Amino acid sequence: MIEFDGVSFSYDDRGRSSDGHLVLSGADFVLDEGELTLVVGPTGSGKSTLLRCINGLVPHFSGGTLHGRVVVDGRDTRTHRPRDLADVVGVVLQDPVSSFVTDTVEEELAYGMEALGVDAVAMRRRVEETLDLLGLADVRSRPLRSLSGGQQQRVAIGAVLASGPRILVLDEPTSALDPVAAEDVLASLHRLVHDLGLTVVVAEHRLERVIHHADRILLIDEGRVSPLLDPAEAMVTSPIHPPVIALGRHLGWSPLPLSVRDARRRARDLRATLPDRAPAPPPSAPTGEVVCAVDRLVVRRGGEPVLRGVDLDIHDGDVVAVMGRNGAGKSTLLATLVGQLVPMSGSVRLGPPADSIDPARARPAEIVVRAGMVPQDPATILYADSVAEECRAADRDFHLPTGTARAVLDRIAPGIDDVQHPRELSEGQRLSLALSLILASEPRLVLLDEPTRGLDYQAKRRLVELLRELAAAGHGIVLATHDVELAAEVATRVVVLAEGEVVADGPAAGVLAGSPAFAPQVAKILHPLHLLTVEEVVACTGAAS
Amino acid sequence: MALTPHSRLPRLLHPAAWWVWGVGLAVAASRTTNPFLLLLVVAVAAWVVLERREAGTTNALAAFLVVGLVAIGLRVVMVSLLGGGVTGRVVLVRLPEVPLPDWTSGVRIGGPVTLEGLLFAVYQGMQLAAILACLGAVNALASPRRLLRYVPATLYEIGTAVVVALTFAPQLVEDAQRVRMARRLRGHSPRNPAEVGRIAIPVLVGALERSLDLAASMESRGYGRAVHRTARSIRLAGLLTLVGVGGVVVGLYGLLDGTSPLVLGLPTLLLGVTCAAAALLVGARRDPRTHYRRDHWALPEWLVAASGTVPALVMILAGARHWDGVVPRQVPAELPAVPLLLVAAIAVAATAAVLAPVPPLLARSRATARTPSEPSRELVRR
Repeated sequence: MIEFDGVSFSYDDRGRSSDGHLVLSGADFVLDEGELTLVVGPTGSGKSTLLRCINGLVPHFSGGTLHGRVVVDGRDTRTHRPRDLADVVGVVLQDPVSSFVTDTVEEELAYGMEALGVDAVAMRRRVEETLDLLGLADVRSRPLRSLSGGQQQRVAIGAVLASGPRILVLDEPTSALDPVAAEDVLASLHRLVHDLGLTVVVAEHRLERVIHHADRILLIDEGRVSPLLDPAEAMVTSPIHPPVIALGRHLGWSPLPLSVRDARRRARDLRATLPDRAPAPPPSAPTGEVVCAVDRLVVRRGGEPVLRGVDLDIHDGDVVAVMGRNGAGKSTLLATLVGQLVPMSGSVRLGPPADSIDPARARPAEIVVRAGMVPQDPATILYADSVAEECRAADRDFHLPTGTARAVLDRIAPGIDDVQHPRELSEGQRLSLALSLILASEPRLVLLDEPTRGLDYQAKRRLVELLRELAAAGHGIVLATHDVELAAEVATRVVVLAEGEVVADGPAAGVLAGSPAFAPQVAKILHPLHLLTVEEVVACTGAAS
Repeated sequence: MALTPHSRLPRLLHPAAWWVWGVGLAVAASRTTNPFLLLLVVAVAAWVVLERREAGTTNALAAFLVVGLVAIGLRVVMVSLLGGGVTGRVVLVRLPEVPLPDWTSGVRIGGPVTLEGLLFAVYQGMQLAAILACLGAVNALASPRRLLRYVPATLYEIGTAVVVALTFAPQLVEDAQRVRMARRLRGHSPRNPAEVGRIAIPVLVGALERSLDLAASMESRGYGRAVHRTARSIRLAGLLTLVGVGGVVVGLYGLLDGTSPLVLGLPTLLLGVTCAAAALLVGARRDPRTHYRRDHWALPEWLVAASGTVPALVMILAGARHWDGVVPRQVPAELPAVPLLLVAAIAVAATAAVLAPVPPLLARSRATARTPSEPSRELVRR
C-alpha cells in the first residue's frame, strides 16, 4: 500500500541540512494494507517529515530535495501532488485548529468530499455516518472554534475520514487530549483498522496510549529510519518506551507485555509478594508556608462559568497536579492565578499571607516575583532572535544581574547554543528556555500549563528531576496536565476538576491509584497496591533482594 | 417558491441573499451625506445583526464600527489641518498657517477652521463609517467563507488566497491577544504602547505559520484537483475573467461615487457581471466538485434581497433627481431636513430582521432561555 524505496530528504541541494545531517535517511519499507504502524522517535527526529512524505506534502509543499521513491497505492509522489492523492491518503496534521477550512462541524466534514466530487446523496449519508462514528452528532452545527480540544481533534480526524481514504496518516493525534478522550480516538482508529481494513500510520509521543494498538513499529532517530519492526521486539531495545515496558524489562519478562492487560496477567505473582512491602501513602500534611490561597473562586469565560467555586491552598514544597478532562477549567484556573483573568467572585491571594497580593489588581512586575507561569505554548513568551538575547531580556525584565537567566538555562538544559533562534529549538529545548526565563526571578510559585505536550521521554525525565529539585528548594509548583505518568512521577498532591468544580483533592497515590481514567500504567498493573511508578516498584523489589 | 413551512423553519439564510441586502444598504449609504439617514442605516444594520446573527459566530460589526469611528476622526483632523472641502464663513479656530509657495494653490497647512468645513468632514466620515457598518453587518450575518463555497473551481488560486486571508486576520487578532497576555508573564504591563512593536514579529510569524498549515491542509484534502482544461478554454476563461473583474470594479466605483455619471455605473457593472459569469461558466463546465447541502434560495431569500435593494434604488433615484435632504446644504450650516420617504425606504431594509428565518443555534438558545428551569447542556467552552 505504501512503499518507501531508499528515501532520504534534506532541505538543501547538497543533500545536507544546516547542521550537517539529512532530515530523513534510509527509509526503505513497505506497509501492508490494514496495518497500524507506529512511528517512534525523540522530538525533532523527523517523524513529521516522514509522515508528510506519504501524501507528497514533502517535498511538493515543503521544498527541499527528496531522493528515492515513495509510491502510494501505485502512484508515485514524484508525479502526483498531494491533491491528486487526496482520495487515497488522509492526513491529520499536528494542530487541528490551523487545519480547519470551514466554520462549522458539518461543513468541515463535507469539505474534502466536495473537492473530490462525491455525489451529493452519498455525501450526505457519509457525513451522517462520520458524525456517529466519532460521536460528533451533538455538536454538528456548532462553530469549530467553540469546541473543546478533544472534539476539535475528532473533527479533524472525521474530516479526512469522511472522504473515504484507504490510508490515514496522523501526527500526534492525542497530544492535546485527556486520557479518556485519547482512548476514544484511539479506539475508533483501532476499529477502522480492524473493521474496514484501513492502513493507519501514527506518530505519537505518549507510547503508553498507543503501543498496544500497533501492528508494526518504525523507530526513527536523527532522521535515520529503522526497518519495520515487531512492537514487542522493538521495545526490547528502544530507548523510548512506556512504563509498562520499563516494568517488564526490569523484571526480565519475555516476551515483553505491551498492554496493561497482558502485564497484569504476568504480574499475578508479583502482586502476591509485594503487598507487605508496599509503603503506606506518604502523609500529605502540608508543612510549608501558604504561597497561594484560592477561596470560592468563580470565573466566567465568554458568558459561561468555567470555574464554579474552587477552593485551593498551595504550600511551599507542594507539587500539585491539576487534572480533569478537556475544558474542565484547568488552564482557566492557572490563568486566574497569575491575573490574566479577573474572577467574578471569590478571591485569589498570591504570596505568603504577610505579603500577599490580588493578582487581578496587581501590576505584572509584582506578580512575577510571586508566581511565574509557563504557558501551554512556550513560544508565546519568547520574542527575541537568539537565545542569548532572550536571556538578557529576561535579566532586564526582572532587574537581575546579567547572566542569571543563562545560568539557570545551563543547569536545566546544558549545551543550547547562544546564537540559535528560539524557533529553531526542539520542543523540549524551547520549554527549557521558557522555564528558565520564568525561574530566573525565583518566584515562590511556579505554574506549568501542559508542560509535556510534545516532549519525549528523555526530556520528560529531565523535567521531572528539575521539578523535584525546585520543590525541595521550597517552591510551590502547580501543573495542569493530561499526562498521568508525569503526575504519578512528580506530584505530591492531585486535584481533579470537573465542570469547574474540585471533585477530588488528595495525595497523589490515593487519587491516582483509585481512578480508572487517571491511573498510571503501573498502578493499573499492580492494583490494588498503591504503587504508581516503576521507580517505586524498583525500590520495593530492590529492598527485598 | 411559496412560503412553505419548510422555508420558515430555523435555518441559515443563503449567504448571497445577505450580501445582496448588505451591499444594497451600503449603496444607499453611499448616496447620501445626511447624518440622520446615515445613523438610521447604521441602526438598521445593527438591529438586523442583533436579531439574525447565528449564535457563537464572531461579531464583525463591532470591529467595523470602530474602524468607522477612526475614519471619522481622521477625516476631521485632515480637514482641520489641510483645509479642503468647503470654505465656510463661521470660523471656529485659527490654526497657525505654514506659508507655502504660490504654485501649491489650493493646498494649505493650518489656517482657519470653519464650522462648515468641520461638519462637511464629519458627514463625509459618517458616510464611510455607515458603508463600513453595512459590510461589517454582512460579515457577521453570513461568513464570507460560506459565500466562498460558491466560487467556481476556475478561480482555484484566488479561492485559496481568500480562504487563507480570511483566516489570517482573525487569527492575527487571537494571537496578538495571547502574546499580549503572555507578556504579562514576563512582568510587562500590556498597556505600554512600546509593547506593540515587540509583539508584532512573534505574532506575525505565528499567524504566517498557521496560514501555511491551512494551505497544506487544503491541498492535502484535494482542493483544486483535477480541473483538466484545454489551453483554449483556459485562455478564454482568463480573458473573460479579466474583463469581468475590471467591469465589476469600474461599475461599482461608478455606482458608489455619486459624482460620476450614472451611465458609467450600472451598464458597466452589468457588463462586468455578465463577463465574469461567462468566465465562471466556461470553467465550471468541467468543475468536478459537488456540493453538500447547498443553501436553498426560497421566498425569504427573495424578500431579504429585495429589502436591501429597495433603499439602494430609492436613494439612487433621489440622488439623481436632487431631492431635498439627500445631500444637505453645507454653506451656511443648518440642521439637515429628514425626508420621510427616504427614512421609510431605509427602514424597509430593517424588515430583513423579521423576514429572514432564525438561525438554528440562535433559535435553540432562545428556546432554552425561555424555559430557564431546564439548564442548557450546550456548554460553549473556550
